[in-house]
Amino acid sequence: MPLKAPRTSMPAQDPAERSHNFKEVALGYTAEMAKTEASRCLDCKNPLCVKGCPVEVDIPGFIRAIVSDDMSGAVDVLKQKNNLPAVCGRVCPQESQCESKCVLGIKGESVAIGRLERYTADWDMAQTFKAPEKPEPKSERVAIVGSGPAGLTAAADLAKMGYQVTIFEALHTPGGVLMYGIPEFRLPKAIVQQEIDYIRALGVQIEVNAVVGKTVLVDELLDTEGFDAVFIGTGAGLPNFMNIPGENLNGVYSSNEFLTRTNLMKAYDFPNYHTPIKIGKKVAVIGAGNVAMDAARTALRLGAEESYIVYRRSAAEMPARHEEIEHAEEEGVQFRLLHSPIAYEGDEKGQLTKMTLQRFELGEPDASGRRRPMPIEGDTVEMPIDTVVVAIGQGPNPLVPHSTEGLELTKKGNIVADEETGVTSRDGVFAGGDIVTGAATVILAMGAGKKSARAIDAYLNAKRDQ
Amino acid sequence: MYKIVRKENLGSSVVQFDVEAPKIAAKAKSGQFIIVRLDEQSERIPLTIADYDREAGTITMIFQAVGFSTNALKTLEAGDSILDVVGPLGTASEIENYGTVVCIGGGVGIAPVYPIARDLKEAGNKVISIIGARNEDLLFWKDKMAAISDELLIATDDGSAGIKGFVTDVLKSVMDRENVDRVWAIGPMVMMKAVANTTRPSGVKTIVSLNPIMVDGTGMCGGCRVQIGTETKFACVDGPEFDGHLVDFDLAMRRSSVYKTEELQAVEHDHQCRIGGIGKCH
Repeated sequence: MPLKAPRTSMPAQDPAERSHNFKEVALGYTAEMAKTEASRCLDCKNPLCVKGCPVEVDIPGFIRAIVSDDMSGAVDVLKQKNNLPAVCGRVCPQESQCESKCVLGIKGESVAIGRLERYTADWDMAQTFKAPEKPEPKSERVAIVGSGPAGLTAAADLAKMGYQVTIFEALHTPGGVLMYGIPEFRLPKAIVQQEIDYIRALGVQIEVNAVVGKTVLVDELLDTEGFDAVFIGTGAGLPNFMNIPGENLNGVYSSNEFLTRTNLMKAYDFPNYHTPIKIGKKVAVIGAGNVAMDAARTALRLGAEESYIVYRRSAAEMPARHEEIEHAEEEGVQFRLLHSPIAYEGDEKGQLTKMTLQRFELGEPDASGRRRPMPIEGDTVEMPIDTVVVAIGQGPNPLVPHSTEGLELTKKGNIVADEETGVTSRDGVFAGGDIVTGAATVILAMGAGKKSARAIDAYLNAKRDQ
Repeated sequence: MYKIVRKENLGSSVVQFDVEAPKIAAKAKSGQFIIVRLDEQSERIPLTIADYDREAGTITMIFQAVGFSTNALKTLEAGDSILDVVGPLGTASEIENYGTVVCIGGGVGIAPVYPIARDLKEAGNKVISIIGARNEDLLFWKDKMAAISDELLIATDDGSAGIKGFVTDVLKSVMDRENVDRVWAIGPMVMMKAVANTTRPSGVKTIVSLNPIMVDGTGMCGGCRVQIGTETKFACVDGPEFDGHLVDFDLAMRRSSVYKTEELQAVEHDHQCRIGGIGKCH
């Protein structure tokens, strides 16, 4: 195999067709494609790709197994470190993680590690389900608050160590952002469900409809419910609004509400499912992160004739993944860059009809290194609009932090926790994922869950030896 | 699954369920609410906690069959189960000894006002309760309300029970004859708005419990946002109780009507399915 062989492309649904359905966009490798791509890996002695993976998957190991037709071996290697490989293979920003470190990427194209991970995980799911081996049980019980990527990972790793683990989830379905946030067309919910079933098979109990902070308190989990440690992975689930005139008009959604209705409540299948969603002909999504791309693409699939991304900086500063921006463009999402709304207006029924956009230009780089958007005095434009989705980021939900004694918080309300261990100011309480870092990625949350599981094990071992 | 241990029809459209939910019963306080999802296809709807029995591990929910989901809920019987019940949600009522308190329940709003009135009575207040509805069929819990009130007054629009008129008419006469320290009003948005306008001139603090559209009920979506004075608040976590004199009721009512056409569509769709004779269509 010559070094310069290009990476194997992955088949995808045609943009014109897919922009009207909720089926998965990327279709995945065939066995032949996977083997061709896997054969490009140089099997480095000192694999840098592994260093780029927040959960330290033995990447050359599982790729080697694919090359030698040992798919169950590939699965075993993958699952040693990653509890949600079918999810990660789909939603990780590999270009800035494992694949960014691949030596083939220096002069050519890096190995498509994410696509191979996805292929391996999907192969595994197609097999007859075999229950994972149970380890020697330990007597300690650990409570996990939140069943998003951080909580699921911590729970699975602790269960693999033999701990008795219970996850408390506020919604009626576990999965966090994997279920309510990321759309079906990027991450089919049946796949998330299978990954969660695997974690249940490890012995993890999941209690849904349990709002920690309301139904039960962290203090009660430790003091009266008999848990020896608690991991908080409640994410960044508090939507930010811009506090501009007219933002409470009908037709203005937070991205969380828009995506929760669509994904978790399946409003795209209304009235078969009973949760409604209202979509106009012209939809504007404010923001340019991955959530904004998800919302803009969802709007098209719900029947919007025009879907806009409205962003106050330029294309170069858009925080979304390249692939997501490309997919959005292919599907017909339009971009109003260097614009941001300053007011909304509605009709006599309170329905949004129009927004006023302020135009911006770019100034000097700010603290984040990105050029600062500066409003151009007096330069505003009006735009007729029926639906707006505000996707300018999320803050930490205060329910758990504010109902727990002795938990140190940042000014923004995030939990202060050690980056390597998740240790908080409160003995026996660990935290990780977006509740600590602010809104970040699925894989970083999983990495935090993994590190906390290790730290909880060390904490409980030390306690046992006392 | 949450089992319905008792069902009682409180009128032709108002239904009471006592539901097994020990964890919620253990924590529930007056003023709080729950979110209910009937089955896999259902939406999540908020209902206030009308009562709870910590020992029996049950909570009481009361609803009026007004739309698709509440009509579906009404078909359940004792022994059936509700798929999801989550709570207690929201901030509890601020119960103190204020002196003389008027507690007003309009229609199905009688249910949530009951535990508040009971707690206010226990806290030493003189409690004057006013319950009202369009007609007698929509009134319930007269005895329960009377038992925890110093005085119970009734109003119906058509005069089929109590005085003929609105709860605000009764409230005015109460305020004319005695010094009222605080008012609680729970019911339809128009009623709460009218009560707030009645007490506004005298400045008697008036607490209302808002019932906007909700999805998660835990503060993650802002679907329930309301305007309180100059601030936007999330009713599910900051409320549902607010100072009635600061609430933008017109905005709240407009926001409540956003899915009216979809609501009708859901009812129509379900009707088609039933008469279509092709069995379950979802």
